[in-house]
Amino acid sequence: MLDTTLRIAPFVVRVRSPFASVLEHLEFFYRDCEKPRDAFVDFDIRLLPGRGAHRFWRPQARFLVDDQNPFLPLPVNQAAPMFEWGLNWTIASRSLGFVVFHAAVLEKNGNAIILPGFPGAGKSTLCAALCHLRGWRLLSDELAILDPVSGMLIANPRPISLKNTSIDIVGQFPGARIGKRYLDTRKGTVAHAAPKLDAIEHASEPARPRWLIFPQFAPREGRQVSRVSHAEAFALIGEQSFNQERMGEIGFRALCALLGNVDCHQIEYGSTSDALELVAQVTQQD
Amino acid sequence: MNRASLLDLLKHPQRTTALSPRDWTEFIATARNANLLGKLAQRLHEANVSVPSAPLRHLEGARLLSERQHHSVAWEAQCIDASLAQTDTPVVLLKGAAYVLAGKAAGVGRLFGDVDVLVPPGSLGTIEIRLMAGGWTQMKSEEYDQRYYREWMHELPPMIHVRRGTVIDVHHTILPLTARNHPDAEAIIAHSTPLPGHRSLRIPCDEDLIIHSMCHLAHEGELHNALRDLDDIDSLLREHTDSPVFWDRLGDRAQHHDLAAPVALCLMLVRQFFDTPVPESLVLRLAGTDAAAIRRLARLYDAAIVPDPEGRPPLRSLAAQLLIYIRSHWLRMPPRLLVQHLSRKAWQRLTLASGTSPKNEQGA
Repeated sequence: MLDTTLRIAPFVVRVRSPFASVLEHLEFFYRDCEKPRDAFVDFDIRLLPGRGAHRFWRPQARFLVDDQNPFLPLPVNQAAPMFEWGLNWTIASRSLGFVVFHAAVLEKNGNAIILPGFPGAGKSTLCAALCHLRGWRLLSDELAILDPVSGMLIANPRPISLKNTSIDIVGQFPGARIGKRYLDTRKGTVAHAAPKLDAIEHASEPARPRWLIFPQFAPREGRQVSRVSHAEAFALIGEQSFNQERMGEIGFRALCALLGNVDCHQIEYGSTSDALELVAQVTQQD
Repeated sequence: MNRASLLDLLKHPQRTTALSPRDWTEFIATARNANLLGKLAQRLHEANVSVPSAPLRHLEGARLLSERQHHSVAWEAQCIDASLAQTDTPVVLLKGAAYVLAGKAAGVGRLFGDVDVLVPPGSLGTIEIRLMAGGWTQMKSEEYDQRYYREWMHELPPMIHVRRGTVIDVHHTILPLTARNHPDAEAIIAHSTPLPGHRSLRIPCDEDLIIHSMCHLAHEGELHNALRDLDDIDSLLREHTDSPVFWDRLGDRAQHHDLAAPVALCLMLVRQFFDTPVPESLVLRLAGTDAAAIRRLARLYDAAIVPDPEGRPPLRSLAAQLLIYIRSHWLRMPPRLLVQHLSRKAWQRLTLASGTSPKNEQGA
């Protein structure tokens, strides 16, 4: 029975599970995380075998956080990705004073790019490319965590979630470490790429939001970059927000302040190298 | 984490001494599971207790969420009022929404989901149509669920607003029509007072507000909100501890509603858990000849209410929980209907468990 406590910045997470796949997943992706003793535990997560008679012919895994059971069970071979999905859900739905929205966040020289995540936009592939090919530090691939008090983005470096064809593309990047493939999930084939060591080592350093870039993978359109108005960006971010509504006025003001500090662009590209050039053009960073 | 230390923290936040990270972990998780995190946060905040930054994040988050929910419920009340004003029927707010909008101490820091209202039975049809015109729609689409609510229970099936995602529960009586006790819902409406600034919304008198909360707790089969409900009742009762007339009125009202025994039970529990200064004479008066049986029942609740983040209470508590669950259904319906209903629900659960779509769970 696995029972471990990990510092997955900015949280401390306890994980318990009898599944070997979960243990392997944590050892592969979280090997560089500190294992604090006697720390306050933010989320107490358990991945347990499903209940009911059908466990004999169709074994399932259940996700529990502090004894709450937010999802229906999944097939047992998806227990490890279920940990990632469940932890995302927990961070986004627990009220911790942060505004959380769906986006990748990367940093260079203290300044951060936010890449909001619309399905099929190519966010995760671009995120992995910026880490492995251009030396950006990963704050998060899925969750932009905004501290309304400081206006800074908080790092939550975790495996980058890859789907279908992007798995092979990212697998060829220098230094990329890809974990096990999970076939036939609701999102198709899923695999994860490990965050680089610098992301874990500098996880306690927040980053100042500087650029908001809406990526759009458009193979036939050729590459182009266009400005997005702040009002439009606000509406788009609102759609991607998990808890802005629950954060009320504080959330609204935090997003307004964020937009006051960033340049907003949309980039359209047909290849990873095009995307990297467009990001370099917008950010003026190599 | 034992119940006594959580209750101590709630009752006497100023006495909080240095807690270890492990203690904080257990307090936060236990309070969250008992749906008491917002109240705990509010009380620690008011008592100026210094909390380490990691647990403070959870407490402040819950406090923020409860403030936000109170804004939302005020807005929701406006929307309900606007949709129902034309029907010219009294719409009485119950539970959380009533505590918050009536400015009760019980509402401070309280987290909740649905808005519960009580309306005269004859107005159900009009109310349902007005709500649908206002954007609310039925959540339960299965025919069996619809029948369960409409025929046997005491409410319309819960309705959800298509844009705001908020849920309203419309009741026309306090207990199911099939239940053994028969509280006087009309009297609750008759003794309610208008909520200032609203055309149709009303707040029950304090005695009814308290008795309704107690009736709910004593008939509820699942106890995961029991501590929160007892804390509500404690706060509501403490507003009147100086008034001997109030306790007499509460007793009269409980008898009028045919709820003497459930109220006696809750008075025993709240006194035991929260040291509420309840006059013994009132408990004896309401318990009457059933005193011994009600005391046994109170001991059962005492064993069953074990806040526990691991969800693995001792066997004795599990047995008590099961008995209370069965009893709650026993009180709600005649045996034949009960067997039919439970087997139907078990079948639904069995078939649902084999699905794979994510379920949207909102704490009520």
